[in-house]
Amino acid sequence: MTLRLYMLQRITALLMAPLVIGHLAVMIYAIQGGLSAAEILGRTQGSVLWFAFYGTFVAAVSIHGAIGLRTIAAEWGGLRGIAADALMWIVGLGLFVLGAQAVWAVTYP
Amino acid sequence: MAAEALKITIDRGPNAQGLQTEFEVPAQDNQTVLDVVSWIQQNADPTLSYRFACRVGMCGSCAMMVGGVPRWTCRTHISKVLDGNAVTIGPLRNLPVIKDLAVDMDPFFDKWVAAEGVHHGGLTRDDPIAVVDETAPARVEANAGIECINCSVCYAACDTVTGNADYLGPAALQRAWTLLNDAKDEGRVAILDAVSGNGGCHNCHSMGSCTAYCPNDLDPMSAIAGLKRETAKSFFKRGRR
Repeated sequence: MTLRLYMLQRITALLMAPLVIGHLAVMIYAIQGGLSAAEILGRTQGSVLWFAFYGTFVAAVSIHGAIGLRTIAAEWGGLRGIAADALMWIVGLGLFVLGAQAVWAVTYP
Repeated sequence: MAAEALKITIDRGPNAQGLQTEFEVPAQDNQTVLDVVSWIQQNADPTLSYRFACRVGMCGSCAMMVGGVPRWTCRTHISKVLDGNAVTIGPLRNLPVIKDLAVDMDPFFDKWVAAEGVHHGGLTRDDPIAVVDETAPARVEANAGIECINCSVCYAACDTVTGNADYLGPAALQRAWTLLNDAKDEGRVAILDAVSGNGGCHNCHSMGSCTAYCPNDLDPMSAIAGLKRETAKSFFKRGRR
């Protein structure tokens, strides 16, 4: 864990704290009185705000989770050097592609 | 208690086949763990290897695993660590064993240097001696960590060292922190760089074993937290790494 990885993980954690709270609060608010796919898409499709909200969330999760898993793989699995970095990039890019697909699917007008 | 015999098990490692590992040691009213080990070496098995020097908690030579936790054996009464009348004594964790209870301390001291735990002087013998203000906040921080005796108890206690052989460890990082706060040391950039690399202070998970087991009641965990703060500040200021 270098200073750069440490800072990236802390900064993304700071970003995620309000995003998680916002995510949970909207979930609880939005399901009052039932919920349908059309209702969700009606709010999110074409919304720059929700695209930015979940786009930032996905980017932060990908970075934060990938660095964390790299550390776990290094300390518990003995992964070192390029192998650990490769795992980090694969996990990070994988999470980003999955998340970005989902964000695009619900916000693209 | 004086009449009883203590049941001492010495962990002599996997290469100890055929060697005696169980010893009966006469109990004394006042007896340290080091006294017990010395009695075994002098009266039962002269081939037993162990290390000590000052016997008064100053030199940091005699640390061992006692009942599974690292301790300075010269200042630990055997009565404090006995389970019934038995205890197991082994070599320090996280360091290569040379023989029996003697470990190779080289990795520990090498990391001390790798963390820039060396003096970075800026003055010559012709300059006046720099005045040290004992009440300055930085000096108070430095003073909190300077009584380290390099015994490696914190290094043996640290699970992060166990999981990551590159990690510099609590003692070396605490030394870096004291030097960073020392008005007479001018190695600020070198120290911050040294503790920001692959094995640097950012590996610490703040589990706190170093602080819990330090025989001198020092607090390496907080020193490492200080390094994290300073490196984070310099990250924003200088954009390093």
